[in-house]
This record gives sequence, structure tokens and C-alpha cells, in this order.
Amino acid sequence: MVTEHTVKSFEQELQRLSNQIAQMGGVVEAQVEAAVQAVGRRDVEGATKVMQGDARLDEFERQIEHDAIRMLALRAPVGVDLREVLVALKISADLERTGDYAANIAKRSIALAQLPVMRPAAAIPRMGRLVQEMLKEVLDAYIDRDVEKAIAAWHRDAELDDLYTSLFREVLTYMMEDPRNITPCTHLLFIAKNLERAGDHATNIAENIHYLVKGQPLNAERPKGDRSSFTVLDSDVVVGSPEQR
Amino acid sequence: MDTTTLTKNTEAVSTQPVKVSARDVKVFYGAKRALHGVNVDVYKNEVLALIGPSGCGKSTFLRTLNRMNDTIDICRVEGKILLDGQDIYDPKLDVVQLRARVGMVFQKPNPFPKSIYDNIIYGPKLHGLATRKDEFDEIVERSLKRAGLWNEVKDRLQEPGTGLSGGQQQRLCIARAVAVSPEVILMDEPCSALDPIATAHIEELIDELRESFTIAIVTHNMQQAARVSQRTAFFHLGDLVEVGNTEEIFTNPRDERTQGYITGRYG
Repeated sequence: MVTEHTVKSFEQELQRLSNQIAQMGGVVEAQVEAAVQAVGRRDVEGATKVMQGDARLDEFERQIEHDAIRMLALRAPVGVDLREVLVALKISADLERTGDYAANIAKRSIALAQLPVMRPAAAIPRMGRLVQEMLKEVLDAYIDRDVEKAIAAWHRDAELDDLYTSLFREVLTYMMEDPRNITPCTHLLFIAKNLERAGDHATNIAENIHYLVKGQPLNAERPKGDRSSFTVLDSDVVVGSPEQR
Repeated sequence: MDTTTLTKNTEAVSTQPVKVSARDVKVFYGAKRALHGVNVDVYKNEVLALIGPSGCGKSTFLRTLNRMNDTIDICRVEGKILLDGQDIYDPKLDVVQLRARVGMVFQKPNPFPKSIYDNIIYGPKLHGLATRKDEFDEIVERSLKRAGLWNEVKDRLQEPGTGLSGGQQQRLCIARAVAVSPEVILMDEPCSALDPIATAHIEELIDELRESFTIAIVTHNMQQAARVSQRTAFFHLGDLVEVGNTEEIFTNPRDERTQGYITGRYG
């Protein structure tokens, strides 16, 4: 029985809002992919493009915010329509922030390209792939209004956190080994942190999809695998290269 | 009849006692059934909004609560409506007395063609609530104050009620309804003939009146239902589809028909 709105222009506005999110999501996916590639390939030109591309995402967010506020003011949406508008606002903010992380990764890749190659850098493409997959899954889930798919993506964040935690430890040992490693390792650490945060925003999006479809917040505790905040490395333990341990 | 069976989404209950209880209420106009067995409780000191498309039975239901349907010959009511546990369709019950306990405010302000003062004391006089002039004076002042009209009319109480503005007339009708100290006030689209400012006055008034009375209001304006009520009941084609906390009805209704109606997808 829930079909289209009697007022067709309202239906069109809601559809446009949803399309904008999907489009913005596509751009964010591409930005993350290109940024991670720029790290792996030491591609300064590609990185520069990513940094320039961020402005487009800011514009997307402004437009979505404008349209959402307009609909709140003029349509006074309720029920699922209210949730559509609120969730669009929140998802666009998550996407915009994810875009910022991509831009920051690109920026750091330029610095990294001028420094010696660090072994832990090999973990970055893996983390990058996982983030891209999570993003793709939550965006598909948004388009299909598919809660199951959103929750599946939400669970994958634990995997990302594990990757981050192990990279964190590895990078620390490299820094302790040789102070000359500190600069590239710090950049790597921030890049990894950016990816880890991007994963958190993907889980936010998944939670918002749950609210959008079910009308209830996702009441489960999010799996938190990022234990890097608790990591203390004893210098006696990490003396020597990681391979010797 | 199982009196514990309520329509779904009624677990969102008030901590207040039940004031009015409808159990399997069916209403017929001749052979046509207008209500198909409504179960709902109205809690003391709450505002219950009744919403739904035209012809859904919400006004019919409201009118069963003080037996206004008795005045329609072909109308027949089945089921039970309990006011403080007492069946209001009990043949031994005095209907005039019932309507003093359950007052009503209508869509169009309908002051009597009398003075403001006489409009207010009409009910109290009929029910013998006062005899002396000072008692009536007090009722008039108290009722008009409760309806938020006293300051606007205190110097012209002898002027005709029909000379007031639409919004003032409606507040006069509310003052007239509260003058007999009812327990329940029924409102049938009380703001549909009023401008937004007069509407805001009535809505503010409803919120204040809730402290002393139990209120059921029929409205076509869903934003009004959202603003004034604690619980909302959605009627559709003679069924009570869903009743629940207003907040929940307007953010996450359970029934697709409710969703369709409140979001404007009603076909």
C-alpha cells in the first residue's frame, strides 16, 4: 500500500536526494582507490588529482545539505521520509569526511614518494582494498535499502582494525630501529589511521541504513578491533628488526 | 469479548489510569458499518489525537464517547465504552449528566446567540451547579481564564458572543465546555476554521487544559496532532489501524497504512 507520494514533486525530491548520495558515494570510492594507488605507485600526479578532486565532494555535501534543509522546512517530512532526509544529511557528512581522508592520504603519498620505501607500506594496499569493499557494500546497501548487507559490511570493520593494529606495531618497531625511518613511518601511520577512520565512517553509514529501514538504531556494540591506543612496546622486546623476532 | 486484546502498538502506555476505555466498538448507520470493532484506551490527563482520511470513522468514534450519535436515528452502537469503568451506554444512565462529564467542542465555533456571560453560565445553570449571581460570576471568570480569553473580554461580558473573532469564539466555546467542570473534552477539528495564530492559541490552551482534563481531538492537520497529542490513533476505513506514542507514530509507524497516510502516499 505504501506507494508513491500523492505530491509527485516531493517524490522526485526524495529520489534526487538519494541519487546524490549514491553519486557522491561513487566519487568517494574512486578517491579512496586513487589515493591508495598513489601510495603504492609513488604517483605524485595521481595524488595531486585526488587532492584537487576533494572540492567536488565538498560541493556534493553542500548541495545535499541545502536540499535536505529545504525539504525539512517546506515538506515537514514524517515517518520514513523524515528518516530519508536525516539519514541523507548524516551519510553525506560521513562521505565528505572519508573524502578528506583520501585527500590526506594523497598528500602524504607525495611526501612518501620522496623518501625510501618502507616495508610496512605493503599493508596499505590491503587496508585500502578492505575500505573500498566496505564502502562499496554500504553504498550498495543504501541503494537497495538492504539492512543485511549493511550489517555484513559493518562487521568487516573488525578486520580493518586488526590490520591497523598490526601495522601500528610494525611501524613502531621500524621507528625504534632507526630514527631515519621516523619520517616515512609517521606518514605511513597517518595513512593507515586515515584508512582505519574511513572504515569507521563506513560503519556509521551502515548504522544509518539500519535506522532508515527499521526506524530503530542498531543496538549492537560495534566490534572494536583497533587496539593500537593501548599498545605499549617495550624497547627490550623490539630490539632488532621485526624479522628477527 | 476479551477486554485485554488491544490493537497493536498500545504498549506505549501512560503511567496515568485509564479514563475512557473503548472495547470492540462497532457503529452502524442503517445497514452500513462505519466502525469495525475499535479497542482503545484514553488515559487521564492525556491528549489523544484521532487522525485518518475523511470517512475513516474517527469523528464517528469521537461521537460515541459522549453518545452524540444518539441524536442520529439510524445510528446503532455496539460494544462497550467505559468512563472510569462505568458503561456509558447503560440504559439507566442519564445522558445529560454524561455530557456534563464529557464535553464537546466542534469544528465551527458555535456560540449561542447570547452574551458572552450567558454563553458560559448556560451549562452550569442547566446542571444546577450554581444559584447565586456571585457564584455564576466566579464560574464565568474561571472558565474564561482557563480558556485564555478573560483578558480580552472581561470588559464586555454582556456583548454577544457572536461578535468575537473566530479564534475568540472557539475559545468561548472551550470556556463554555469547561464551565460545567467536565472530566473529558472531545474536540472535533477545533482549529480547522481558524488562522495559524488563533490555532496556536488553541493548541497552547489544549496543552494547559490537559493538566485538568482528558482530551480526545480529531484533526485533519497531522502537524497539529504531532504538536498537541501524547498519543495518536490512526483510523482507516472504519478500523483503528494503529495507536501509539505520537512520537513513534510520526517517526516510525508500524503499519504500512499509517506510513502511507502520514507521509502523503495515501492513494
